[in-house]
Amino acid sequence: MSGIKIRHLTKKFEADGHILTALDDVNLQIESGEIYGIIGMSGAGKSTLVRSINFLERPTEGQVLIDGVDLAELSERDLRKKRADIGMIFQGFNLLEQKNVISNVCFPLEIAGVKKKDAIVRARELLKRVNLEDKEKAYPSRLSGGQKQRVAIARALASNPKILLCDEATSALDPQTSDSILKLLKQINEDLGITIVIITHQMSVVTQICDKVAIVENGKIVEEGKTAEIFDSPKSDAAKELISGNNNSFLPLEELNSDKVIRIVFSENSAFEPVIANAILKFETPINILKADTRNVGGIAKGEMLLGLHYGSGVEKDFIEYFRERGLVVTEVKETEVKSHV
Amino acid sequence: MFDAKVLSMLAEGIKDTLYMTLVSTLAGYVLGLPLGIILCVTGKNGLHPNSVIYRILDFICNIIRSVPFLILLIVLIPFTRALVGQSYGSTATIVPLVICAAPYIARVVEASLNEVDPGVVEAAKSMGADNFQIIYKVLLVEAKTSLMAGATITTGILLGYSAMSGTVGGGGLGDIAVRYGYYRWQTDIMVVTVVLLIVIFQIIQNLGTKIVMAFDHRKK
Repeated sequence: MSGIKIRHLTKKFEADGHILTALDDVNLQIESGEIYGIIGMSGAGKSTLVRSINFLERPTEGQVLIDGVDLAELSERDLRKKRADIGMIFQGFNLLEQKNVISNVCFPLEIAGVKKKDAIVRARELLKRVNLEDKEKAYPSRLSGGQKQRVAIARALASNPKILLCDEATSALDPQTSDSILKLLKQINEDLGITIVIITHQMSVVTQICDKVAIVENGKIVEEGKTAEIFDSPKSDAAKELISGNNNSFLPLEELNSDKVIRIVFSENSAFEPVIANAILKFETPINILKADTRNVGGIAKGEMLLGLHYGSGVEKDFIEYFRERGLVVTEVKETEVKSHV
Repeated sequence: MFDAKVLSMLAEGIKDTLYMTLVSTLAGYVLGLPLGIILCVTGKNGLHPNSVIYRILDFICNIIRSVPFLILLIVLIPFTRALVGQSYGSTATIVPLVICAAPYIARVVEASLNEVDPGVVEAAKSMGADNFQIIYKVLLVEAKTSLMAGATITTGILLGYSAMSGTVGGGGLGDIAVRYGYYRWQTDIMVVTVVLLIVIFQIIQNLGTKIVMAFDHRKK
């Protein structure tokens, strides 16, 4: 099957005499059949990165290998053939507005020179897969955002690709629709074994379906690994910020009135024991709960809490020890990070 | 006043006017459409940017378009004579009309194609489409209605220009208006030709708009 290897990838753009480094020595290995998330804030370079995978953007330096084949060594014609093996979906769907649904799905096959009759059979099959068999004759302007993305997915699958690139594919959709699209992608990954690369700025997308994740900041990969592990104990500031996510409700630090802030993460089995209550009873010291949340990470419910502990009580270390003994993942949060967490 | 002779002259005029307008629009597109495509493709954000080709074509288009049609008509007389054998009459008028229309059409086509969502072009590229496939399967298809609207406007303009050629014996309704209305002071004939031109223009514009509406799938 189909793995992606990115080696020392650098991409520089020249604009008005300035040289902008969009990607800086990126190294990635995406195994065949994985769902791989690439997450970062806007402007981090993740869109350029995903466009380098099918050479819509030619890298300034470095290599992209698909199944061990270096894309830079292919002729234009072979590169186009290779692109047909890599499906792509976009934030803006990018459907042909003047063609109806079935013609849109047939389009990659038309380009590949498949007979119209065979193309239609294949397109119908795919529309069934994305639950749109009744919309065959409809034009994109009559479809909702979710339906458009389903058509785009069917279209991307038409040429039987081994890799599917998703560039902010759910960012223009409401949460429910986004959810259903992610489920569809997961289903496709399981049924067809397609390697899926997901570019997003939303941690929820990554935690929901990605096996692994790479965090991009300023054109560099700052952290990489299994999604669950990174969610439990993020190391880079960028990862911490992305995980804490919505900064819409932050409090001024001085109002938090706590000396030490820790983040604990627990998965569903440890949620049965009232750990916090027990800890308070045991040490007879109050804990300030600054934030609590539960999230679905790769199908497992994960709880996340920010706790404020008072210095001087002398038991902060005991608290941390106590939580760790009960299988919780504990990380200390620096004061500067608290704002973005809460 | 409007005896059989005048009526048959007017009928002849309508026929000549339609002949000049439609043939020059058609021939104008034969030249202008590829030219517009090349402008779009070689442009800065095109599929295959090439500033040398773009600048040359851009310059030629601007030069021709900056010469008023009436002057172009006169300047091109030797060329027209060499090509058609005479410099007057409706067939001869088609030559300067086409020369005048082609760069205009190229601009209209370029603008229509540039309007196509770059995202759709990118999607086609990601599917492995080559530039020719992108031109005739994406750009021309997605810009279809915009191109039709442009063709309607162009036809209307060429109708007006064909009438202008009447000043140098170009044939058609404009010719009749100049000869009878201007040189012979027969205001009634002039009024009739003007009304006929207005009616033809309306028919072209309304027909064009209807066709565009029927073919546009972007609106609900």
